[in-house]
Amino acid sequence: MQVSELTALSNELRISIIDMLTEAKSGHPGGSLSAIDILTALFFHEMQGVDQRMSPERDRFVLSKGHAVPALYAVLYKKGFIPFEELSTLRRMGSRLQGHPDRVRLPIVEASTGSLGQGLSVAIGMALGQKLAGHPSRVYCMIGDGESQEGQIWEAALSAPKFKLSNLCAILDANNGQIDGPVQQVMPIEPIADKWKSFNWHVIEIDGHDMNQILNAFREARTLQDEGGEKPVFIIARTVKGKGVSFMENKIEWHGVAPKPDEAKKAKDEILKERR
Amino acid sequence: MAKATRQAFGESLARLGESHPQIVVLDADLAKSTKSELFAKKYPDRFFEMGISEANMIGVAAGLSFMGKLPFLCSFGCFLTGRYDTIRLSAAYAHANVRLIGTHAGIGIGDDGHSQMGLEDVSLMRALPTMGVFQPMDARETEFIMNFLVNEWKGPAYLRLTRQNLPDLFPANQPFEPGKLMKIREPQNNSATSTKLGKTSNRRVTCIGTGATVAEAVRASEKLEAQGVALTVWNAHSLKPFDEITLGRIAQNTDLIVTVEDHSVIGGLGSCVAEGLAKTTHHPRLVKLGVQDTFGESGDPAELYEKYGISADAIVRSVLEEVGK
Repeated sequence: MQVSELTALSNELRISIIDMLTEAKSGHPGGSLSAIDILTALFFHEMQGVDQRMSPERDRFVLSKGHAVPALYAVLYKKGFIPFEELSTLRRMGSRLQGHPDRVRLPIVEASTGSLGQGLSVAIGMALGQKLAGHPSRVYCMIGDGESQEGQIWEAALSAPKFKLSNLCAILDANNGQIDGPVQQVMPIEPIADKWKSFNWHVIEIDGHDMNQILNAFREARTLQDEGGEKPVFIIARTVKGKGVSFMENKIEWHGVAPKPDEAKKAKDEILKERR
Repeated sequence: MAKATRQAFGESLARLGESHPQIVVLDADLAKSTKSELFAKKYPDRFFEMGISEANMIGVAAGLSFMGKLPFLCSFGCFLTGRYDTIRLSAAYAHANVRLIGTHAGIGIGDDGHSQMGLEDVSLMRALPTMGVFQPMDARETEFIMNFLVNEWKGPAYLRLTRQNLPDLFPANQPFEPGKLMKIREPQNNSATSTKLGKTSNRRVTCIGTGATVAEAVRASEKLEAQGVALTVWNAHSLKPFDEITLGRIAQNTDLIVTVEDHSVIGGLGSCVAEGLAKTTHHPRLVKLGVQDTFGESGDPAELYEKYGISADAIVRSVLEEVGK
């Protein structure tokens, strides 16, 4: 898929996210909209074998910042793993589309997450398993910047380089927002690139909404593995919380509140205008 | 021959590693103490030293299980269950096929004191859906449970092991029945008489132990028999699922049940029995021996067992007091 097609697709999925959240009357638009460009690039360009769900050689994706799961459901819907009608069951009793990822109810989801700080460790276990099996396949894991305040993230950060997991690529959705305010006020994590570099990761910093930069970063990460590199890769994606909807952008109050129908209409009109 | 159940576990794991290539082992800088080093020496490529990072170890093990491996992750019980949120979500909620090995159970570890004692680990693990909770009373039962955990159990399981040696108790000619309560000792005269206390009673008394305390219960039964009191002893190796069917049968034929565990009486074996009895219409009185909502401390294990009321003598005293009522 071309860059322009991926960008258009990503905006289409933004509309799915808005629709899902509006129907559910709850959920997290801010962090879903900041993540969707990267997820689109992963599922429709970068990851291999995602159409052969049960193949053990498939590339895997772990959404450690589990509250952004509407973005994941949107790409899984577009991939054909979730029927369109099911999107409206998000957060409803009995639905496979739980408020946070649940690999038991919805096995296409690779890990159950939602308590922050845990997904990267699970991704490391998967990458280790792939290495043991001699598969060249890769594991991707998205974490949040607020999530980076969890201690377990730094336990994971220590361990992946030890096991030389160049088949692992972590992506930081650095949208600079968390429930209680801007990340740099709540509990600063900067200089974040220096931290991961000093933990022996290969760090790449990009604009997380620029599709060219996203694809290049993933290509660089894959090349490092192909060329026998030993470092895991950490992509710092500078993003905007609520990206694509002007009244949500960089507004903390849109972290975990669903739009009302009139707000949803306004949001979708804006996204559609952007598409043209 | 007396042996610590952690030692029996390590030997079992190293043996099972040969026939089960899917087994991988993780430890958090305690491989010498948990005895996972016995596996590590034999299969270094399938052993992962995770450093002092238990939460990450639990998550990595879950990820390995999703790749078709059978991970055993080992630490002291209190340090593993201390990372409860990770066990709860990454392992239990995800139905991860992992084996959590918690050694250094209870006040029986002695000198190191409370911070190293698993005292509420059974309670915490029992509260998690999908989690099995098992505790062997001796080396042979450890081997049986290990075989069961490798060949039959699906989903997450917690295995609780001792630092200290435990005597052989598993009856030579009996089969291991996973999940079932097992009778370990039944005195000849099965009606308790407390003539020593100056009055006659024929109350029937049963003691249920688990792990290290089964040996204490057996010794208590021998001592009581000499005093004309018949104490039947049962062993509970499975705390979840708990064998409420056999418990129901025991309850019909006894006037008093004493549970004894090297663990808090809140949420452990005593609670398993209380929950089972509460489902029956008529049930005997229950006395729960164990750590009574307090912290452990440093000391000699035998003296601690005495002080905290879970030694053979403490069981004898409790039974005589009850029978004399």
